[in-house]
Amino acid sequence: MKPPPFDYHAPRSVAEALDVLAAEGERAKVLAGGQSLIPLLNMRLAAPGHLVDINRLTELAGVEAEPDGVRIGALARHAEVERSEPAAAAQPLLRQALRLVAHPVVRNRGTVVGSLVHADPAAELPAVLTLLGGSVRLARRGGPGTPAAGVSVSPEVPAGGSLTVRDVPAGDFFTGPLESAAGPGELAVSAFFPALPPRSGTAFREVARRHGDYALAGVAALVVLDDDLRITSAAVACVSAGPVPLLVEVTGECGHRPPASAGWAGAARAVQDRAEPEDDIHATAGYRRHLVGVLAERALRDAAREALNG
Amino acid sequence: MTTKLFGEPVRRREDPRLLTGRGRYLDDLGRDALAAAFVRSPHAHAVIRDIDVSAALDVDGLVAIYTWEDLPDRLAEPLPLLIPHPALTHGRTAYPLARDRVRHVGEPVVMVVARDRYVAEDACALIRVDYELLKPVVGVEEAAQSAQLVHDDVPGNVGAHMVQEVPSAGGLDVREVIEDAPHTLAFRLDIERSASTPLEGRGVYARWDADDSSLRVYSSTQTSTSVRMAVAAKLGLPLPKVEVIAPDVGGGFGVKIVHPWPEEVLLPWAAMLLDREVKWTEDRREHFVSSAHERAQVQFVRVGFDDDGRVLGLEVSILHDHGAYTPYGIIVPIITSTQLPGPYKIGSYRVEFSSVYTNTVQVTPYRGAGRPQAVFCMERTMDRIADHLGLDRTAVRAVNFIQPEEFPYDQGLIFQDGRPLIYDSGDYPESLRMLKELIGWDSFPAEKERAAAEGRRIGIGIGCYVEGTGVGPYEGGHVQVTSDGRVHVSTGLTSQGQGHETAFAQIAAAELGVPLERVSVVTGDTRRFGYAVGTFASRAAVMSGNAIALACRKVREKALRIAADALEADPRDLEITDGMVHVAGTPGAAIPLATVAVLSNPLRYAFDEEAARATQFAGASSFDKPPVPEGDEPGLEGRDYYSPIRSTFASGMHAAIVETDPLTAEIRILRYAVVHDCGNLINPMIVEGQIHGGVAQGVGGALYERMVYDGHGQLLNASFMDFLMPYATEVPHVETAHLQTPSPLNPLGIKGAGEAGVIPVSAVIASAVEDAEGIAIDKMPISPSELFDLRRAAS
Amino acid sequence: MAERTHDITLVVNGTVRRAAVPGRRLLSDCLRHDLGLTGTHVGCEHGVCGCCTVLLDGEPVRSCLTFAVTVDGHEITTVEGLADGERMSPVQRAFAECHGLQCGFCTPGFLCTVTAMLRDNPVPTEEEVLEGISGNLCRCTGYQNIVKAVHRAAEIMAEES
Repeated sequence: MKPPPFDYHAPRSVAEALDVLAAEGERAKVLAGGQSLIPLLNMRLAAPGHLVDINRLTELAGVEAEPDGVRIGALARHAEVERSEPAAAAQPLLRQALRLVAHPVVRNRGTVVGSLVHADPAAELPAVLTLLGGSVRLARRGGPGTPAAGVSVSPEVPAGGSLTVRDVPAGDFFTGPLESAAGPGELAVSAFFPALPPRSGTAFREVARRHGDYALAGVAALVVLDDDLRITSAAVACVSAGPVPLLVEVTGECGHRPPASAGWAGAARAVQDRAEPEDDIHATAGYRRHLVGVLAERALRDAAREALNG
Repeated sequence: MTTKLFGEPVRRREDPRLLTGRGRYLDDLGRDALAAAFVRSPHAHAVIRDIDVSAALDVDGLVAIYTWEDLPDRLAEPLPLLIPHPALTHGRTAYPLARDRVRHVGEPVVMVVARDRYVAEDACALIRVDYELLKPVVGVEEAAQSAQLVHDDVPGNVGAHMVQEVPSAGGLDVREVIEDAPHTLAFRLDIERSASTPLEGRGVYARWDADDSSLRVYSSTQTSTSVRMAVAAKLGLPLPKVEVIAPDVGGGFGVKIVHPWPEEVLLPWAAMLLDREVKWTEDRREHFVSSAHERAQVQFVRVGFDDDGRVLGLEVSILHDHGAYTPYGIIVPIITSTQLPGPYKIGSYRVEFSSVYTNTVQVTPYRGAGRPQAVFCMERTMDRIADHLGLDRTAVRAVNFIQPEEFPYDQGLIFQDGRPLIYDSGDYPESLRMLKELIGWDSFPAEKERAAAEGRRIGIGIGCYVEGTGVGPYEGGHVQVTSDGRVHVSTGLTSQGQGHETAFAQIAAAELGVPLERVSVVTGDTRRFGYAVGTFASRAAVMSGNAIALACRKVREKALRIAADALEADPRDLEITDGMVHVAGTPGAAIPLATVAVLSNPLRYAFDEEAARATQFAGASSFDKPPVPEGDEPGLEGRDYYSPIRSTFASGMHAAIVETDPLTAEIRILRYAVVHDCGNLINPMIVEGQIHGGVAQGVGGALYERMVYDGHGQLLNASFMDFLMPYATEVPHVETAHLQTPSPLNPLGIKGAGEAGVIPVSAVIASAVEDAEGIAIDKMPISPSELFDLRRAAS
Repeated sequence: MAERTHDITLVVNGTVRRAAVPGRRLLSDCLRHDLGLTGTHVGCEHGVCGCCTVLLDGEPVRSCLTFAVTVDGHEITTVEGLADGERMSPVQRAFAECHGLQCGFCTPGFLCTVTAMLRDNPVPTEEEVLEGISGNLCRCTGYQNIVKAVHRAAEIMAEES
């Protein structure tokens, strides 16, 4: 189990990275934390001609918590985001989810943006981005675009070359199992996770075979209350429940009621009905569908409790 | 002796080396060796039409490519069938490289040798093998019914069929007894595949010395002496020109007892041919698809019993999945069928098994070796009897126990060593009493009720076993005291983490009366000890432990004789303490063992001052006899062998309390208790460690691990991502208690402990889940998804 | 055609080490085969078993999921670098004292992981210990004595600080 040969590129700047990606197109793969990509290379299930190692692009390493949300650079490791108090304060779901991502040692190396781009429907972070309505910022060479203003984790505009930057909303970013909107020549430079609205709470519940494994089913929940502490919005995003993270809006099922009398069971049923899990060697689709319902109810209740406590 | 060593939790002498990165495992050796890699079959069943290596020839760093057609003489023959048996009428083994047919995914087809493993894998990827696909035979029941054959000349895919029957005391056969019994039950049980999966895979490193025409082979093996004989035979080399060494081995658990693996003969051959060092280190994917698995059986049970739950007749029919080949014979199903009666007096017993070929990885022993299946069968049967009669599960077991005064107890069967299955000693009622106390069996119903009131489901389970350990034929030990007072112990069998360097040193130090620090132990190195069988079947401590003790006693006797001469004392008055031979009760009259070693070797030449005492003008004690008397040998050393009349029989009982989530069907082990009897303990710390590890593997087999084949014979979970070996977060804390009923069969009174922990775990967990859920559990392992399905089916 | 190599410099256990490696050389292989530090073991090469765990700038990482060239210029600590000369570290001593190893193959990964864990959290709870070592497989010990050893190492470190 050794990786196949490839041309290794170690760009010193985002511009340089984009140049390589532009030149090599589909033959190039971006290496960040490598915790998903290198196993595939070692098993020779992937054989990119060129590997663009962005680990020297320290300008992409930031985690910036702003009032409106958390922007996470492409080199920010899971562990760093998990430890970040400002990030946890702005959006607690990040830490709640990251604690469920693999094991601590993997989180020391793996990156948040990398796991979004990997787009595994069994992974936690794509569901989080989907639930929160976040986005991924993609940069590439050419085109007329410029970086959006007011964002600190962004590639510099290199002299003598044009750059296109686009923010792809989560709903459009995950296009299939292990498929994202990031195209050839594009580099995901950061992701943005909107902040937790006032009087709201989040939770992440999952069942995995072993601690740290990809979940058989998992549910991230967001519940928002109004001034009277009644539910104004409730939604979940599910992992392992379809080809992409499954977002289900359940405000109607919950009812405009205080959490104590909310229609959690109905909400859970609605989530179950929408889930499209598949059989695999670890669990049947029927069991996963059942789990999605159980976990949706548990996660929604937890999120509502957080909202009340917050 | 100043310190009691035998029976003490002495810290391991292996550890400083292993804790500081100075262990030497197979792949740590041969830094400059060429690397081998293999093209392995991607298909479960196919004819090889053509192999085209041309595209690989341009790879920079390629050294050689070999297919079956390149193999000379005996290498071109199938690998040996290690344990022939009359019931194995159709034993089949693989060629080192597939000849014209592949029978499982992972079978080696082409060997590539290159500068390093990266390059070797590059070349492998460029080799094109043209296969004509055949229908694969997957699953033991399909194999037994299918017209498709794994081996064209094995009708019905049945490699072996064997029956053993023990009629009732009144001479009735089992079927009659069951017919006439007050109660009868019949049911089916299933147990799935798992595997040893040591964290270090297999590996071979071969060095050919052309100047000396000799071969040195390092292998991550459980039997270096047998590998040596196989390599010499396959390569046509004189045995003295071949040495095999097992370096530090990163776990074995059974899979490394099989030999010679294809790589163990191919690598030495390539090293000779190329006159270069060559090394192969198995990677994880290879380990899953090209080593060995175990466990898969389907069992059909009929049992007749009386109102107290006494088993009057038991009839078991087993379909055993043997995979594609039978290199290790039918040891696994023989063990299942003979260890099935466990601690019980079964009124009459008939067991029959068919060992069936499938297009999957071959089946050879994995820790427990057929016993987990046996215990699953017997203990599920006990639980069903209890359930049927409305009796406590422990009461049914107790009424069937062999009683302490009934040993030696003859089960009337022929065991895996070809000898009568006669239990040496044990105390099963006491073991059960200790277990019930440890787990709180009698107070559990109240606990369960309280949990139920909180909406929680908990259940308790139990499993009992008897394990034949320390099987023959023999092991040996060599002990040498050198003139610096150091004691060098060697034995031929190998070590894979059992702490032999420590336990054997404890035995030697205790026997010889020397400080532990002066003793060093070498295992698994044919340069030091050539005659051995291997490390398996919980036999190392019993076999080599006793052999080393016997060798030490020879050395001690000689030391006392020489010292008596020097001290002008009667050897019967001498003892050895702290490395000094002295007259008991007379301080001052003493001679260091080091000096005795000097005197034991009459010299002409002095190599140091100490040695001068043994030279010819130093003053011989007597001119009436030759310097080396008749029947004596120079040197303070001894060699002896231990070859028991039959196996010892360790035993144990486990209990667990589990909790099942009423909604998610997750299964959590809340408590796990073990009462264990392996006779006298050499080092209780090491024995406990063996139990912990065994239980953890058992938990893996009960709740997490399985080999999932699809209908095409593809192993779907050939990685640690999907083969769910438990982490620390999945394994319960194990509470242990020891009972010691010494074995009367060997000088040290010990029985084996290596496999015990794993044996009853699936039975125990099934029992506990069944108790929690009120649903019959007759298939293991069980996952939350499967429990969910069982609940659905039951409601 | 010969594969292109990259000249890298690593500070391994406090010593500057140089190597010329292809881009695809895994850090685990670089340490073991290029630098001869075979204490770091390789058990799966897909990031699950944790045998290959080393400290990268002090943080435990999977060396089988890291290319050597990526960490050019960084500091690596392997099991060979944990002891203080001939004196084993508290974590190493605790593993010996508690029988926290059998075959020893997974041990270097555990030692590196635990060393970093106790540095960041000198008095971990039982749950924190389990979480901390949850990414390391051991096939021999059943983990019980490893967990015990982690607590014992914490004690030794407290006694000696």
